[in-house]
Amino acid sequence: MLFFSYFKDLVGQEVTVELKNDLAIRGTLHSVDQYLNIKLENTKVVDQDKYPHMLSVRNCFIRGSVVRYVQLPKDGVDVDLLHDAARREARGG
Amino acid sequence: MATATGLESLVDQYISVITNDGRNIVGYLKGFDQATNIILDESHERVFSTKEGVQQHVLGLFIIRGDNIGVIGELDEELDASLDLSNLRAHPLKPVVH
Repeated sequence: MLFFSYFKDLVGQEVTVELKNDLAIRGTLHSVDQYLNIKLENTKVVDQDKYPHMLSVRNCFIRGSVVRYVQLPKDGVDVDLLHDAARREARGG
Repeated sequence: MATATGLESLVDQYISVITNDGRNIVGYLKGFDQATNIILDESHERVFSTKEGVQQHVLGLFIIRGDNIGVIGELDEELDASLDLSNLRAHPLKPVVH
């Protein structure tokens, strides 16, 4: 639940999602769901020459199960707030 | 709210699916469910290779199991039509490793 809430707060930010097949997609976070499936808008594959497979894709749905990393803008998160929330979740969850 | 990231908005759209084994399948999304199983109509697989241009294998009406799906991209039909697939060379996508 924690990360679902966290991502909901990040909607509208530009993120780069790195997948488990090494593909990296940059885009604006449009929405997220309970499975942490991610919908990105205005997408651009990071290494377009190596991965031209999504050249004509502008919006995409990424299944949560294939995400390796979600790279965020440095000031995109209040680390202390997240730290507190994680501590609470670990204690109570 | 930024929740319920459903695939409803993509129904009847021309989409590109990247599967866990690294395949790229293009077609019209006809249906889906909570497990992300999808129904793709008029689908064809785009095979990328470094030696020849993109090959298209016609598949027809397909159901792709959600377990096997990585990315579902909304294809801009105009942009896609302007691509010169016969001259596109690329390594095939890598399979997903959990």
